[in-house]
Amino acid sequence: MTLSIEDLEGIARIEKDKRESFTYQINVCVAAGCLSCQSGVLKEAFEKEVSRRGWENWCSVKGVGCLGLCAAGPLISIQPDGTYYRGVGAPDVSEILESLGGAPIPRLDCASSRPFFEQQPKIVLENSGRIDPERIEDYIAEDGYKALYNALRMMRPSEVIEQVLASGLRGRGGAGFPTGVKWTAVAKASNGNKFVVCNADEGDPGAFMDRSILESDPHRVIEGMAVAAYAVGANTGFIYVRAEYPLAVQRVRTAISQARHLGVLGNNVFNSQFSFDINVRLGAGAFVCGEETALIASIEGRGGRPRPRPPFPAEFGLWGQPTLINNVETFANIPPIIRKGGKWFATIGTEKSKGTKVFALAGRVNNTGLIEVPMGTTLREIVFQIGGGIPGDRAFKAVQTGGPSGGCIPEQFLDMAVDYESLASVGSIMGSGGLIVMDDTSCMVDVAHFFMEFCMSESCGKCVPCRVGTSQIYHLLNRITKGEGKLSDLDMLEDLSDLLKNTSLCGLGQTAPNPIMSTLRYFRDEYVAHIEEKRCPAEACKIHEAREAV
Amino acid sequence: MKEPTSLTGKKLGNDANPARIFTMTIDNRLLTAREDETVLSVARQNGIYIPTLCHMEGLSLRGACRLCIVDVKGAPRVLPSCVTLARQDMEVVTNSDRVIEYRRKILELIFSERNHVCSVCVSNGHCDLQALATELGMTHVRYDYLYPKQLVDASHPRFSVDHNRCVLCMRCVRVCDEIEGAHTWDIMGRGITSRVITDLNQPWGSSETCTGCGKCVQVCPTGALSEKGKSVAEMTKRRQFLPYLQMMRGEGRK
Ligand SMILES: Cc1cc2nc3c(=O)[nH]c(=O)nc-3n(C[C@H](O)[C@H](O)[C@H](O)COP(=O)(O)O)c2cc1C
Repeated sequence: MTLSIEDLEGIARIEKDKRESFTYQINVCVAAGCLSCQSGVLKEAFEKEVSRRGWENWCSVKGVGCLGLCAAGPLISIQPDGTYYRGVGAPDVSEILESLGGAPIPRLDCASSRPFFEQQPKIVLENSGRIDPERIEDYIAEDGYKALYNALRMMRPSEVIEQVLASGLRGRGGAGFPTGVKWTAVAKASNGNKFVVCNADEGDPGAFMDRSILESDPHRVIEGMAVAAYAVGANTGFIYVRAEYPLAVQRVRTAISQARHLGVLGNNVFNSQFSFDINVRLGAGAFVCGEETALIASIEGRGGRPRPRPPFPAEFGLWGQPTLINNVETFANIPPIIRKGGKWFATIGTEKSKGTKVFALAGRVNNTGLIEVPMGTTLREIVFQIGGGIPGDRAFKAVQTGGPSGGCIPEQFLDMAVDYESLASVGSIMGSGGLIVMDDTSCMVDVAHFFMEFCMSESCGKCVPCRVGTSQIYHLLNRITKGEGKLSDLDMLEDLSDLLKNTSLCGLGQTAPNPIMSTLRYFRDEYVAHIEEKRCPAEACKIHEAREAV
Repeated sequence: MKEPTSLTGKKLGNDANPARIFTMTIDNRLLTAREDETVLSVARQNGIYIPTLCHMEGLSLRGACRLCIVDVKGAPRVLPSCVTLARQDMEVVTNSDRVIEYRRKILELIFSERNHVCSVCVSNGHCDLQALATELGMTHVRYDYLYPKQLVDASHPRFSVDHNRCVLCMRCVRVCDEIEGAHTWDIMGRGITSRVITDLNQPWGSSETCTGCGKCVQVCPTGALSEKGKSVAEMTKRRQFLPYLQMMRGEGRK
């Protein structure tokens, strides 16, 4: 017996009725950030107190995924009031329960961060912070697995791909390759046993979008993969997730077993000809294993080192078979696209970049956490409205996007609408979505130094330009940050950057110079100050202390 | 699963699926090519010189040293000719200014990486790396030498490995795995700290998988792998066995 649409709707109805039977819902964030500041204990405290008071029938306590404002955890949200509380601890529980129906508690209220919660029209994160990631029923109540049903029972594979093409969705893993085009390529590859792979390796320092999606709404990714598998003709999927994300791994595994149990994974899903199952593979945390050919090697049990492309994975992927590789966030966009149509999705965003983008907002900004904004939002809106500006009203200096493959964008571009093209035009990249804000205490040479150290130690060592070049650049930067650089070192930096960009084997080496090239372009005077005046303008580098000690 | 060896992923050359033949130009010369041939092999058939280091006829393709880069009209960046398939009407330039400049810089990076001191090397005068330096006209190294501390493993009764001279081309790893079938060699570490190892990083002499065949020594481009008892400049390599073995295995038809 397979699952029918009536079964699915029945589950949704029961779940919704149950929700509506509660006057108040207390949603406690149990994603990794808040859990690490004891939100698990907090949730238990709420449950205990609610049952002690005998309020179980009208007040529910639910563990939910990420609420976004990670730095202010543990966070809770109270529905239907829409109150958000920050930094909540077990001692606050009684007071919060008492206040239900009355005015919010000023001490805990996130009122000052209102724009943060209100200026984000969410697609990928629509369920984050609202559903219990460990219960498939909660996902189904939010139209979960309807897209899969629609695809399997009402659309041909080619029609699914047409919707994805029409949506204009581009890969969220960094390069922004049109997702529909990639799906077409895999669908066209006629030979063999195809695979669908979800790239959840997320190795950029400071990025936690994919982790959060998997922790907050794992079924959405599973559904997206299943739709993709149907569209390209695959029967087996892999989620490659780094072992440093134990909670994400656990929730994905739970979700897969629930999906199998219910029958949305397995044989003849929704009584169709389509069969699909997903396996989880753990990565050991090497950044380069996020590169698709290295990731494939790693799943196959070989060392995680990229190989030259072509042939691309769409033609020659896992075990030599045609393979579709997409990022977590890319797959997470699929269910709403199939439910609401590609045209709807294409109305959001800019001309060439459609939909929204999830960013991990970090650094010198008041509201650090996870945000989702439409493509085309300006950096100023992100930093000063959603991000709430810079602590202590210090001077803004730059935003770094794209992690070790990205660049630093100075103040003059604050009003630039963010999309794949605009970021590239100023020497950065969209990347997977890390967004680090810097103020006048951040030294740009030090930033370049930090990222180059990262690239040097994460280089796989296969091709010469990346293996030796990153090391040479690192040593040059090291010298400059110590106040021992020469002006000619700057030429050497530019020269090596050009070499790496043009001759490295994979994206790691090709983009590793971006942090240097962009800081050299916009903040050359800081480099010169380190070299000529032996002075770090932001007083972040060690030269200062060394000189004072003398 | 091996890296793709045929690049096209299909078996060519049978009646049902004949290989396509077309023309292309390399350095403005009109040449014919078959669809499963790389730019490097077409160039070599026609006596056009492209330097290589990690590439070795008879071993799997690797595309890692980046010395064989060429300019291809329409491509956004230079391409490694050893793993780039010939295409109809492709226009390749093997000696543009930027290609020559990039090759020299890459070669200098290799020299800066470890301790390549020719005058005291067993392979002096018979070394692929040294020959490349001459061919590419390398007169000095513009980068700082990194002078890493590297070890020598002389525990094997007949051979020794001097990591100071290793360029991480992986020829030894590939020949041992693909031709000898022993897979004694592999690589450990990452990036600049990568190092070739025998077994699970055990001394070569205590390796339980090494057959002592010496193929790794013969294919090594530098003095990193050598026979014991050779003094400075005495180590010459004999690689004639490779095409022969490949042919015996029926894979070497090119
Ligand atoms: C060094 C390097 C690291 C990468 N890391 C990731 C990663 O962590 N997650 C990811 O989705 N893509 C990563 N990518 C991009 C993948 O190679 C691939 O393009 C992507 O998974 C394709 O999915 P998309 O089309 O949905 O973006 C990385 C690429 C490079 C060169």
